Amino acid sequence: MFDFLEGYDLLGAFWVTVQLTVYSAIGSLIWGTLLAAMRVSPVPLMRGFGTAYVNIVRNIPLTVIIVFTSLGLFQTLNVSLGADDFTTINFRLAVLGLIAYTAAFVCEALRSGINTVPVGQVEAARAIGLSFPQVLRLIVLPQAFRSVVGPLANVLIALTKNTTVAAAIGVAEAALLMREMIENEAQLILISAIFAVGFICLTLPTGLFLGWVAKKVAVKR
Amino acid sequence: MPGPDDAHDKAAHADGAPPPGARDSDALVVLKNVDKHFGALHVLQNIDLTIGRGEVVVVIGPSGSGKSTLCRAINRLETIDNGEIVIDGKPLPAEGRELATLRADVGMVFQSFNLFAHKTVLENVTLGQIRVRKKDKKTAEQRARALLDRVGVASQADKYPAQLSGGQQQRVAIARALAMDPKVMLFDEPTSALDPEMINEVLEVMQQLARDGMTMVVVTHEMGFARSAANRVVFMSDGRIVEETTPDQFFSNPRSDRAKDFLSKILHH
Repeated sequence: MFDFLEGYDLLGAFWVTVQLTVYSAIGSLIWGTLLAAMRVSPVPLMRGFGTAYVNIVRNIPLTVIIVFTSLGLFQTLNVSLGADDFTTINFRLAVLGLIAYTAAFVCEALRSGINTVPVGQVEAARAIGLSFPQVLRLIVLPQAFRSVVGPLANVLIALTKNTTVAAAIGVAEAALLMREMIENEAQLILISAIFAVGFICLTLPTGLFLGWVAKKVAVKR
Repeated sequence: MPGPDDAHDKAAHADGAPPPGARDSDALVVLKNVDKHFGALHVLQNIDLTIGRGEVVVVIGPSGSGKSTLCRAINRLETIDNGEIVIDGKPLPAEGRELATLRADVGMVFQSFNLFAHKTVLENVTLGQIRVRKKDKKTAEQRARALLDRVGVASQADKYPAQLSGGQQQRVAIARALAMDPKVMLFDEPTSALDPEMINEVLEVMQQLARDGMTMVVVTHEMGFARSAANRVVFMSDGRIVEETTPDQFFSNPRSDRAKDFLSKILHH
C-alpha cells in the first residue's frame, strides 16, 4: 500500500521543514522582541517604526513576501545572503522572509504580554534607579514572556505550517515534495494524509509542551 | 502671577557647588511653586515645601487632596507642569540616566508593595545594588540579608513575593529601598493596603528608621504614627498645603477650619 513512497525522501523533506521552522523561530523571536521594545519605547521615532513595520508586514500575504525575497532581493538586488548555490540561497531567503513576517506576530503577542505587567512593577523598578532598557530587560520582558508562552505557541505552530510557502521559491521542504508526489503518483488522498499527519507530528507535541511550560513559568501575583 | 521667575533664581545655583544661601544648609528636598494638573483638575497648586536632612515629614489630608501626587512628584513618577524640585542641591532632571541616578538616591515605598513578582525576596533586595550600584553579588546578598533581618523577614529570603503576607511584603519593600542607601525615603500610604493586624509591624519598622535619623516623607492615614514619629505635619486639601506645623500643635490646636473638620471626622471613632 505504501509502495509508492519508494524513491522519495520523505524524512529529508520534513527535516528541511524542521530546519526552516527552527531558524525562523529563533530569528523571529529576537526580531519580534526588538520590535516590541521599540513599540513601547519612549522614543517617538522607534515607536513609529515599530508600529509601521507591524502594520505593513502582517497585512502582506506571506507568499508575496517569500516570492519578493527571491525575485526582489536575490534576482533584482543580488542579495544572496553569503551563499553560492541556489539551494542554500533559497533556503536562507525563505528563512529571512519567514522571520520578517513572523516577527510581526511575535511582537504583538509580546506587547499584549507587556500590557499584563502591572504599572506598579515598572514604577518600583524606576524608583530604584533602573534605566529604561534595564526596566524592560530585567522586569517587564521576563514577566511579559511568561504570560505569553501560550500565544507564542500559537505563533510557532502557525510558523511551522507557514514554512510550506517556501515551496513557492523552490525550497525542498515537505510541501514541495508533496506537490511532486501528487503529480507522479495516483494516491492523492493517501499522500495528503501522510503529509497532514507529518505536520501534526511536528506541531502537536510543540503545543502540548509549551502549554505545560506556560503553566510552569506563570508569574504568581 | 507668582511663580516661574523666583523659582528660576533658586534653580540657577543648583548645578554647581551647594547653592549660595543653601537655603538652610541642611535642606534635602526643596519644592518651589510646584503645579500639576490632571486634565481639568488642578491637583497640586503652588506647592512650596522644604524638607530638612533627618527630618520626618508626615503628609495627611482627605482623599484626592494631592498628597500621593506630591509624594510621587518628588522622584518624578509624576511629572509636574510648573515649578521646581531640588534634591540635595540638584534639580530633578527630566529624563534619562541622570534621572535614574537621582532616583536611586530616593527610596520609595508604595501602597501596593510592588515587589518584583518574578524574583525572590532576596533578588528583590539585591537587584538595585547589583544593577545600579554595581556591587558584586556576594556583597549585595550580605547587605540584603542584613536588611531583611533588620525588618524581620530574614527567614523568607528565598520565597516569592506572592507567598508572603502583606505586612511581610511591605517590609521587604522597605528593605529593597534601603538597600540603595537612599538620602531620603518616600512612603506613599504604606499601610493602607494592609490588614489591620499587619499595620503595626510595618509602622514599627518605620518608627525605627525615623529614630535612626532617616529623612522621611510619609503620606499616611495613621495619626498615631504622625503623632509619635513626625517632626512636622503637612496638611493638604484640594491641592494646597493648608497647614504645616508640629504634630502636637496640629492635633491639639489646628488653625484652619479645613483641618479642624478633617480631624473631627477621623479622631472621634
